[in-house]
This record gives sequence, structure tokens and C-alpha cells, in this order.
Amino acid sequence: MILISWQRLLAVIVKEFIQMRRDRVTFAMIIMIPLIQLMLFGFAINTNPKYLPTAVLAADQSDFTRTIVRSLENTEYFRINPKITTEKAAHKALALGRTQFIVSIPPNFTRDLLRGERPQILLEADATDPVATGSAIAAIRSLAQQNIFSSLLTSNLQFTQYYAAKSPIELVVHPAYNPENITQYNIVPGLLGVVLTMTMVVITSMCMTRERERGTMENLLATPVRPLEVIIGKIAPYIIVGYIQLVLILLASRFIFQVPMQGSVWLLVLVSLPFIAANLSVGLTFSSLATNQLQAAQLAMFFFLPSLLLSGFMFPFYGMPQWAQTLGSILPLTHFLRIVRGIVLKGNGFSLVWHDLWQILTFMVVAVGVGVKRYRKTLD
Amino acid sequence: MDSNKPLAIDVKNLKKSFNGKPAVRDVSLSVRTGEIFGFLGPNGSGKTTTIRMLCGLLTPDSGSGTCLGKDIIRESQAIKLEVGYMAQRFGLYDDLSIEENLSFIARLYGVSNRKEVVKSTIENLGLTKRAKQLAGTLSGGWKQRLALSAALLHKPKLLLLDEPTAGVDPKARRDFWGKIHKLATHEGITTLVSTHYMDEAERCHRLAYIADGKILVRGTDQEIIQSSNLTTWQVRGENLSSLMEKLQKLPGVDQTVLFGNLLHVSGKNADLLEKNIAPFRSSYQWQKVEATLEDVFISLVPNNNFDNHTD
Repeated sequence: MILISWQRLLAVIVKEFIQMRRDRVTFAMIIMIPLIQLMLFGFAINTNPKYLPTAVLAADQSDFTRTIVRSLENTEYFRINPKITTEKAAHKALALGRTQFIVSIPPNFTRDLLRGERPQILLEADATDPVATGSAIAAIRSLAQQNIFSSLLTSNLQFTQYYAAKSPIELVVHPAYNPENITQYNIVPGLLGVVLTMTMVVITSMCMTRERERGTMENLLATPVRPLEVIIGKIAPYIIVGYIQLVLILLASRFIFQVPMQGSVWLLVLVSLPFIAANLSVGLTFSSLATNQLQAAQLAMFFFLPSLLLSGFMFPFYGMPQWAQTLGSILPLTHFLRIVRGIVLKGNGFSLVWHDLWQILTFMVVAVGVGVKRYRKTLD
Repeated sequence: MDSNKPLAIDVKNLKKSFNGKPAVRDVSLSVRTGEIFGFLGPNGSGKTTTIRMLCGLLTPDSGSGTCLGKDIIRESQAIKLEVGYMAQRFGLYDDLSIEENLSFIARLYGVSNRKEVVKSTIENLGLTKRAKQLAGTLSGGWKQRLALSAALLHKPKLLLLDEPTAGVDPKARRDFWGKIHKLATHEGITTLVSTHYMDEAERCHRLAYIADGKILVRGTDQEIIQSSNLTTWQVRGENLSSLMEKLQKLPGVDQTVLFGNLLHVSGKNADLLEKNIAPFRSSYQWQKVEATLEDVFISLVPNNNFDNHTD
């Protein structure tokens, strides 16, 4: 007995290819998803991040301190931001995640150095993401072991004698916010944003499309219910779902992974609302673009993938090239991650959270506008 | 029908295109209150689009008119409150129970005494024992009955039914039409119903036939048959299909339709038709009959040209 008829098998294969070609969105995804992955993984992602934003607070200015700054830059791990000059501004930037390091050079550094007293240099690192800072800290440590001033002082015999055996400076590294470099501290709060993005976008894009695919939309629209009532009515239950997820993750974070909660839980609950709403609006827009549930799921993937890779969740944000950072800055997850890590690990309050919150709000307003406009169009 | 009654539907020159393709070219309809109005036409002729424009689902590109005295463009929200609409596809939720579906629809319309209305609706349907059953598990006939009951929950004055009996068995179809007539007689509910079935068309008070987005003919079934000027001969005998092929080539024979053991031969020019069929009269039983609605409707679209269809 012949189990497989080649003719019948071919018929099914040909039919599948025809259907694949007809479904434009699916076809586009088949091409686009590998391309996007190639671009992101190939160019954007860097597990050995370089040129990390660094603030230098030099209380002493001399050829020696300038040599330190130049040596830091020469390691390629540090990109010094000349705009940050005060301690207050530097620590705010660190809390916001805008700068990764603060290098402090104390007063009388040059005098102490020349006296052979091995002056200290303080490196404060935002250690919430140990992966992002690890290589840079290693680089500065090796720098501190060398005699970086040798070219400056070859003529000074006394100096050369002082530091023949040991390096001329003492480096003190202070890994702020996550002194033990525990990866979970970074991943677990970040997961909150990732899970919310995934569920909110996927669910809304599917639940609207399902209504149209099954033919129940027509019946619904023939009733007096208004489009905005349908939209809000469909979104509201998922906001509650989003909050259930939030509570679950926060409980797990606290009691399973022992992540400390430095800031206010209530602030976190409050600022999650615009983030959830922004993602739901993206889902709504997708549901008006997709003609079936498969397409809706693919479009959701299309949004989720860059969110995951470019937001700084999986790979250090500042390790990416500029174009990827710009792209990542548009995504609400990027800002939400900074907010969550800021509140949970750094104890940031509303005034600091606001720096990222307004960007999520802007995204939300644009997404709601596009979503509602596109959605209304599909009715006619 | 009392022609002095106000019009339930009164629309003029409705037009609607989708992506540049005209679906409805020019439709004017007037349906009297309490009337059952049949809407016929081939697939893709614009029936569904017209019905959707009447209940506010679609905005016409041009044209104007009223539904229950309200402007179809400006007052579609008010119209929706008084219209019961049944789409071609089952429009209720497969994954909600019968009771939950009815309750949902009743809420949307703001039906007062919602629980009692839903309960009595389920009782009238005879589904009390199956109230918790998911609507998706019902048979086609039951789905149709449930959808009609859902469309009637808010006591509408006008029912817009888009091919409500497609795919439903004859018994269920008969019950359905019994119900529509009862609603018209006892409650004065107006119904606009699209259908492909001729027996259903004959149960309507008045009819309109639409093809390619335009209404070709309207009136009672008798008016339509008379205005067609169609002379029809009914032929009985052996091997009718070969006879049909021969007759089709003759001048004066406009159309031949085979109904099982009967052949209908029709033509607009009665004399020419009679002259040309004369040679065949001896070998078959010929009888002059009144044209049926089906003969008339088929004659309205002479060359069933597929390219003209938008569907």
C-alpha cells in the first residue's frame, strides 16, 4: 500500500504557498522578522558595551588630572560628558540612568600625588545592570595599576622612586544601587515591563481582530453602542489584568528573588497606568491593521521584538550604536525600565520618575490618537 | 396594504462605492409601516450594502432619506435604537451561553426589566433547559431563531433581515416566516428582508429586485409578473433538456428554465414565441401558464455576466 500520494501532497504544498503569498502581512513578516533580528542582533547588540556615559568631577585641575581623563577616554569604555560639572547634577544623572559612572578627583590631588601619598580616585557606578558596567570597571582597575604619569615625569627621579613598586593612585570603586552585583536585581523588576508589553499588546490586538474575524463586530455595531464605548469597554478589563500581573511580579520579586524595594510601591502602581495604556493603544492600532488573528499576533511580535532587544532589558542600552539608542528611546519599555529600576533599586521619587514618564505619556497620546482614528475607519 | 400609512423606510438615490468599485449605484426604496418587504437580487447586487446603509452601519456616499422618520445620515444613532438587525453571518458570540448573549444585547439597548425579558425570551424559544449552553454549539436553525429573538429584545419597530434563512431547513424557515407575519399583524412591525428563495418572496407584501446596484423592478408579486410582459409556456414530456437546447436557438424564445420534469419557455413577444415553438407542439404537452416570479427575475438579468458582479 502506498501511504503518500505525491500528487495529493504536492496539491497541499502548492495550496499552502498560494495562501502564504495572499496573506500580505504574514508574507511581509516572514521577510521582515529575520531582517530585523539580523539588524538588532548583528549591529545593535553589544555585550561588551563601550563609550558609556561618564561624568568627571574634578576638584583639582592639573596636567595629572587631565591625563587621567584622557586615559579614561583612551580605554574606549568611558565617554565623558563635559556638561555635568556639579556633584548634584552628576548624582541626578546617575539616579536617572543617564550616566553610568561618576569619576571624582579630590581636591589637592596633584599635591598629594607629588608628595607620594597615593591619592584616591572614587568611581561610582550605576551597578543596577552588572553586565553593563563590568568591563568598564575592569578597564579602569587595570588603568589604576599602571603608572599612567610616567611620560609626564620622567625627569623627576624622586617621583619615579616613589612609585617604582606601586601605582601612583588608589582607585575606590563604589557600585551604587546594587553593591553585590546581583543580576536578578536588574532582571526581575525589568521583567515587569517586558511581561506587560507582551500581554497588553498581544491581547488587545487579538481581541479586536477576533470580533471582526468571527463576524460579531457587525452585529455589535448595529446596536446603539458607540465606538469609544467598545474601545474602552474592551481595554478596561485588560488594565485590571495588567495590574494582576504587576502585583504577581512585585510579590515574586520581593519574596522569591529578595529584590529590595527602595522606593514607593504606590508610585510604581501609579506610573504603570500610562505604560499599560500606551501598550494597549499599540494593540488597538494593530487590531485595526490586521485582518485576522494570525496577522495580529505577528504585528504584536513586530513590536515586541525591538522592545525586548533595544530597551536595555536584555542588553546594555548604552552599549548600542546611536541609531539603536534613538530607536530605543521611542519605545515606552525603555523608559518604563528606567522608571521601574529607578523606583525599585534607587528609590527614585516622582520628580526623578517624571523625566521618563512624560516620554511614555507622549507615546501613549500619539498611540491612542492613531488607534482610535484607525479603528473608526474600519467601521465604514 | 393601506397606502396612507407613513413610510417606515423612505430613501432616495443611495450610492456607495468601496475602493472605487460601486456596490450600490442608485437605490430608492419606500417601505410602508407594517409591511413585509422582500429584497431580492443576485449575489453581489448590493442588497447587503443597502441594508447596512439603512441601519447606520455604513454611511452612503450620496443620497438621502429617512428610516422610521429619522434621517439616515444624521440620526443613525436614534435609528439603531428602534431597529432590529440580523446579519447574514451569525452575529452572536459562540463562546457565550444563550442567556449571556441575550443579556449582553439587552444591556446594550438598555432594556428595562432585563432579567425578566431575557428569561421570557428563552422560554418563548423553548430553550429554558439549554439556557446555559454555549451559542456556538447550537444547530444552524437554532442559531437563526436565537439571533431573531436577540434582534427583537428591545422591541424594535423595524426589522432589517439580511438573508435570515440561508442554510436553514424548510421547517425552520416556515416557522420563521410565521413569526414575521405574526409580528407584522399583531405588533405592526415593519420588516425588510433579503432572500434568494422564491417561496419566501411570495410571502412578502411587496418586493424589489436589485441587480448591479440598481433596483430594476418593484411592486407586489402580481404587479411584477404583469409588468414583465412575459409569456410563458410550460412543457411536459420526455428528454426536456435536449428540447431546451433546440428551443434556446429560436427567435422569440428569450429564456428557458428547467424545473425538474417541467420546462418553462418564456418570451416578451408572445406572437413570435408561439409561431416558433409550433413545430414542437405535437411531441410534447404544451400549456400556456402565468410566468412565475423566478421566470421574471431570471429574465431581468439576461446575460448572467459574471464580470458585472462586484461580489
